[in-house]
Amino acid sequence: MTRPIFEVDNLRAHYLTRFGQKVQAVDGVSFSLKPGEILGIAGESGCGKTTLVSACMGLYIPPLQLSGGEVRIEGKSIIGMDIETNRRDILGKKIAMIPQGALNSLNPTRRVKDLASDMIRSHGEAADKKALYARLRERFEKLGLPADQVLNAYPVELPAGMKQRVVIGISTLLDPRVVIADEPTSALDVSTQKAVIKLLFELMDQGIIGSMLFITHELPLLRHVANRIAVMYAGEFVELGTTEQVIFDPRQPYTRALMGSMLSAEPRHRGQKPVAIEGAPPNLAHPIFGCRFAERCPTAQPSCSTNRQTLRIVAERQVRCEYAS
Amino acid sequence: MPAEAKFEARGLTRSYGHGKRRLDAVKNVSFTIFDKDIVSVVGQSGCGKTVLAKLLLRLETPTSGSLTFKGKPIASDPDLRRHFRSVQAVFQDPFSAFNQFFTIKSQLKSCFKLFERQPSPAEIEARVDAALRAVNIEPKEIDGKYPFELSGGQMQRMLLARIFILRPEVLIADEPTSMVDACSRANILDYLMKLKRELEMTIVFITHDIGLACYVSDSIFIMHQGEIVEQGPPDRVTRAPSSLVTRQLLEDIPDIHKEWLPRSR
Amino acid sequence: MCWSAFSIRAFGQLGRRAIDMKLLKQLLRSPFFVLGAGLFLLTLSFGLLGPLFMNLDVNTRVGLAYMPPSASHWLGTDHMGVDMISMLVAGLRSSLYVGFLAGTVATSVGTLIGLYGGYKGGLIDDVLTVGTNLFLVIPSLIVLILLSASVENGRSLTLIALIIGCTTWTWSARAVRAQAVSLRNRDHVALARINGFGTLGIVFFHIMPYLLSYIFMVFILQMAAGILSEASLSMLGLGPYDSVSLGKILNEAKTNEALTDGAWWAFAPAMVLITTIVFSLYVINTSLEGVFNPRLRK
Repeated sequence: MTRPIFEVDNLRAHYLTRFGQKVQAVDGVSFSLKPGEILGIAGESGCGKTTLVSACMGLYIPPLQLSGGEVRIEGKSIIGMDIETNRRDILGKKIAMIPQGALNSLNPTRRVKDLASDMIRSHGEAADKKALYARLRERFEKLGLPADQVLNAYPVELPAGMKQRVVIGISTLLDPRVVIADEPTSALDVSTQKAVIKLLFELMDQGIIGSMLFITHELPLLRHVANRIAVMYAGEFVELGTTEQVIFDPRQPYTRALMGSMLSAEPRHRGQKPVAIEGAPPNLAHPIFGCRFAERCPTAQPSCSTNRQTLRIVAERQVRCEYAS
Repeated sequence: MPAEAKFEARGLTRSYGHGKRRLDAVKNVSFTIFDKDIVSVVGQSGCGKTVLAKLLLRLETPTSGSLTFKGKPIASDPDLRRHFRSVQAVFQDPFSAFNQFFTIKSQLKSCFKLFERQPSPAEIEARVDAALRAVNIEPKEIDGKYPFELSGGQMQRMLLARIFILRPEVLIADEPTSMVDACSRANILDYLMKLKRELEMTIVFITHDIGLACYVSDSIFIMHQGEIVEQGPPDRVTRAPSSLVTRQLLEDIPDIHKEWLPRSR
Repeated sequence: MCWSAFSIRAFGQLGRRAIDMKLLKQLLRSPFFVLGAGLFLLTLSFGLLGPLFMNLDVNTRVGLAYMPPSASHWLGTDHMGVDMISMLVAGLRSSLYVGFLAGTVATSVGTLIGLYGGYKGGLIDDVLTVGTNLFLVIPSLIVLILLSASVENGRSLTLIALIIGCTTWTWSARAVRAQAVSLRNRDHVALARINGFGTLGIVFFHIMPYLLSYIFMVFILQMAAGILSEASLSMLGLGPYDSVSLGKILNEAKTNEALTDGAWWAFAPAMVLITTIVFSLYVINTSLEGVFNPRLRK
């Protein structure tokens, strides 16, 4: 059994609002990633997934603070690491991020080759210009981009799909072991989305990327991308299992609701009335007793609002619901 | 008896700019929207579906071609208010759809501007309250409140409450569910279906979600780069698409029941 | 009927929102704002409250021309032998008045034109833009010279302020227009249109409220510009006929060769006052930008 390359253990992170409230955005998240694996994190806006990304990378920029827990990459803990060491040794090198709205994350005033060179130099890998350019060229060709044209261009000159490839290319220049992709395709149209996912698969197959954490609210996408899926709600994982298990046999009520709300264009699956649930996720600034989904759960029992729910093994996967069969 | 046509377009075009820099947001589209039908206009961002919606609403004017509403050219009536009494809209983002400087109740009341005969303040109040109850909001809940004080779900229902007040013949719904969380999506659809039944409305859905379109529509228009590349009932469009664009779209949309991207390993 | 009832209530709501205590507290936390507002209030009180505490008289000769500062006259006398401090306070009041009036006129005219053209777009916008550019080219100087030649009673402070206002509104018009253009495609404007609001209603209720902070900043800058314009005009001898103004003080210092005589008190304090007011207004404006524009807040 291969050792996990990335381990997160009971990670908790909070931030303080302008009014001094403590919002526990990530409340006890645990998972591990094996080499070559893609773990999908499914969650809707407000569930804490974006905070989770920052927390996993050790990026605690105020008002975000670490409450507790452990994060290990290749066995080495990044909790408590000072920001300089983190930036130099971990970020971009071991753990890379492809951010949401990546299309706007490229500095428009510099050419692509300069942005890429900056990336390499800032991690202490000095190299002369020629060698650097050759290396960039080789990598960009591998990504299926016309290297010379793209490297010498400014980001604004490139179409959206190409820009996204460039962003992925630069993020993965140093062959990171773990890539965290935070909604990398939500702003793209479906054809471009497919091309980007294809690119990510290729990078994994070529060993340029070790493993991937893929975060999105679009479950159908995770069905085809992830090996395992974790469903996140109100700062916690409510279900964690293989893709087949979570998509086709969900056990936790929220997961079931999510699955039930999907509308398929497939002719034989139409006409299924989608699940309708009132309400909204709880406000994490206030202390919550019992199950966080109890208020909206169609199968809630009286004890759900008082009993703190923990992850249990049900049907060979982790489920956070004491009434899951 | 043949169904009445609510909207009919022939060669409808809306372009911006001139000469080489001309952008055809809507290019030479032709269609018929029948009374009491639900039509979805499906396409990726930038395909022109929003501009088409604005043309139907008379918020934009056609550059060329014809667009008729209930048999008469859409621009023939100089009184815009009469058109807005018959054709209304709900927007995607409920927070940006309302003015943040005025209370939500006053903004709901302001839609009475559209009526020629102004009802008394008491009647206005009563009708607004009735519309709020129709979307399951107790009027006292929102009294004196500004948009930023309400939740996303409540604001979404404010958009729908407007429609209950105005009772138009046609509703243009611009991505009504894309900002709503998946579990609440069906609620919005339920309200819209309720509206359709009670008011016998014709609904035009603007969306990028073909699954949603297939679920609710009688007819789907697929738009791409300003043109309608395909139109027809959902069954035919998904089972036997005639346009390459549609075929590509159906192939590229990830669906849990279908093969999507074969992996080499 | 519904329209007027709605509008009266609407502006009441606007008023309540504008006087938001949180905003005030935020402003007070900005060192720029404290500096700028402090300086401005100091100057303002000098001008407004000065006469209440000091014995000021611009019409009496209290000594010889250009007497240096002494215990009884802290800043000496001017070329006519009048107490300098009295002159400065009177000049300050005039300059502030001109600045305020010119600023108000320029901002109002410019805002109305900018809002209307920016929202409407198309031909109306093009016409208004051409008109604005035409006005841009007309120097207030020429207008003032021409007008003063034709006006019997000579130039009053009010007339000067009005002329400055009517020739410097072009800047506000362009600034506000740009903002209006960015707002006209917003969803809430579309909703207002399908609610039956006409152009006037949309411009006043759905575009202007979003620009109030911007318009206020525009006003502050127009006010500063008005004060400077008046000073420049007065330096050219086109100042107010029968009032004292800071620019006029400078002009008289120049004409009467106060510089060569070494009578610094005849011009330096006036310069300091003008600089202080304008500087404080600019600083206030910068601090407001920091508070109103969240993107700058980091």
